[in-house]
Amino acid sequence: MNSCKILMPTGGLGAGILQEAFDRGMALKPDVIAVDAGSTDSGPAYLANGMSKYARQASKHDLRITTIGAMTAGIPLFIGSCGTCGTDNMVDYYAEIVEEIFREEGFQGKIAKIYCQQSPDVLKQKWDEGKIHALDGAPDITRETFDECSNIVAVLGAEPFIEAYNQGANIVLAGRATDTAIMAALPLHKGCDVAAAWHGAKTVECGAQCADKSDGLGVFLTVDETGFYVKPLMPDAHCTPYTVSAHMLYENSDPHRLREPSGTLIARDAVYTQFDEQTTYVTGSKFEHATQYTMKLEGAAIMGYQNISLVGIANRKVLADPEKWIANISAHVDRYIKRAGINKEDYSFNFKAYGYNAVVEGPVPEGTPPPREIGMLLTVTAKTQELATQVAKIFNPYLLHFPADFNEQLPSFAFPFSPVDCPRGATYAFKLFHVVDVEDPLELVRIAYVDIDGREEK
Amino acid sequence: MAKVQDIALYVRSKGAGPFWVTIEVFFDNDEAYETFKNSQKVTKGTIAKLYGVEEALVKEFYIDNIRVGKFSFPRRHPAGWEYENDMHSGQQYIRLAEAEV
Repeated sequence: MNSCKILMPTGGLGAGILQEAFDRGMALKPDVIAVDAGSTDSGPAYLANGMSKYARQASKHDLRITTIGAMTAGIPLFIGSCGTCGTDNMVDYYAEIVEEIFREEGFQGKIAKIYCQQSPDVLKQKWDEGKIHALDGAPDITRETFDECSNIVAVLGAEPFIEAYNQGANIVLAGRATDTAIMAALPLHKGCDVAAAWHGAKTVECGAQCADKSDGLGVFLTVDETGFYVKPLMPDAHCTPYTVSAHMLYENSDPHRLREPSGTLIARDAVYTQFDEQTTYVTGSKFEHATQYTMKLEGAAIMGYQNISLVGIANRKVLADPEKWIANISAHVDRYIKRAGINKEDYSFNFKAYGYNAVVEGPVPEGTPPPREIGMLLTVTAKTQELATQVAKIFNPYLLHFPADFNEQLPSFAFPFSPVDCPRGATYAFKLFHVVDVEDPLELVRIAYVDIDGREEK
Repeated sequence: MAKVQDIALYVRSKGAGPFWVTIEVFFDNDEAYETFKNSQKVTKGTIAKLYGVEEALVKEFYIDNIRVGKFSFPRRHPAGWEYENDMHSGQQYIRLAEAEV
């Protein structure tokens, strides 16, 4: 019977792999090491700038453990969504680190670099052909939106990983990929059950989140022609029918269906069985092949520039009604900003009362006692960094002294920093939640291979 | 009146991609789960009101075998917009947790 064993050593490459857990996984003789390095969870800045949210040192730590593991055992390493956002430069960045490791360790082998960043021109043509479709909840876009984005990636399915594997790559470094494609690729290629490959991949995509101890360490997945087996790497953790089925809910708007480029996983009728103390066995999921292969598009753009000021307030009168203070200072200072000749279309600002209702916005429940103190955060957004900073500076004296009641002596609030205001650079937005129809899974994908011989330097 | 947090094992929320939020309510006994599932006070309409979204866009699921209720809905602004208050939507469960069941 066809089967495939996958070591998934961490929920996110760069977040930290524990060597002991990794070694336990390697002892189970995996056919592939598969790791996801990406996410849109931390917001649009990473994609807009083509940058990773993890430190280079931390990424290299995890790349070293996985590269040495793969090269020593003679199995491939699949990494998807290089550098958080999976732009082309992030694939090159990981390739540079892996090359360093090859030279440091004296390895010889082939690296595949899978690129999926898209030029606006290609997408505008797809748009004209009616091949770009909005997903539920997508923002409205126009043909120009593609030009406005700093970077756009088309999210890879399993096929490019399989292609690189067939070309003999030892290390596959891919741009933005679905979390699941990285893990599903090899079992699909080896003829395992298609639904089990995708469902197993979804189960392990966040590492040990699918176990009873979510310590961020990895899991081991075995897919065969009937279903999949999943177990955590650490001996004190367990995958149970409860923890595994509950993970299908995680970060997924529909707990029964998961859309992939080639079709939809339907997990509604899956059967979860405890196989041994640590392992759960899952059967009965289905996969509906799509008639049209689609890739999801992710794009991010610069929306303006910001300046932030933080002031601490313990004044009882302000804390009795922070919303009223915010409304009053906003109206008061906005007049000065306009009088200073700054055009109202060119800036906006926002207050957040941390300790009151910054996190859960809106009115606080009736009867909530006033907080002891709050951190009042002023964020100014403007067309340029310079203008954002000037607007923040107009606010400065009022952030220091604006009273709850003008009939009293002016209070002075508590600044932690000098200068008070802090230019924080650009602010970004995700602009696309769309899919693009492609003729072939590789149509919008480019793969480059590099042979590296690190033996001379060793 | 009991609140959701009084009868649930735990309540959690998270972004499901940058454009959606999903909230899950876990129960450790059938009675509490059935109370929640059958409650006329916790409906798509409740979620629409609590989170300021259109009711037609709210998705509702009950997963009986693990006693979980789940609601998903589009964010009012995509994650990371200029005045973002909760990038990962990880704290947005509170409103539902504090709602009457």
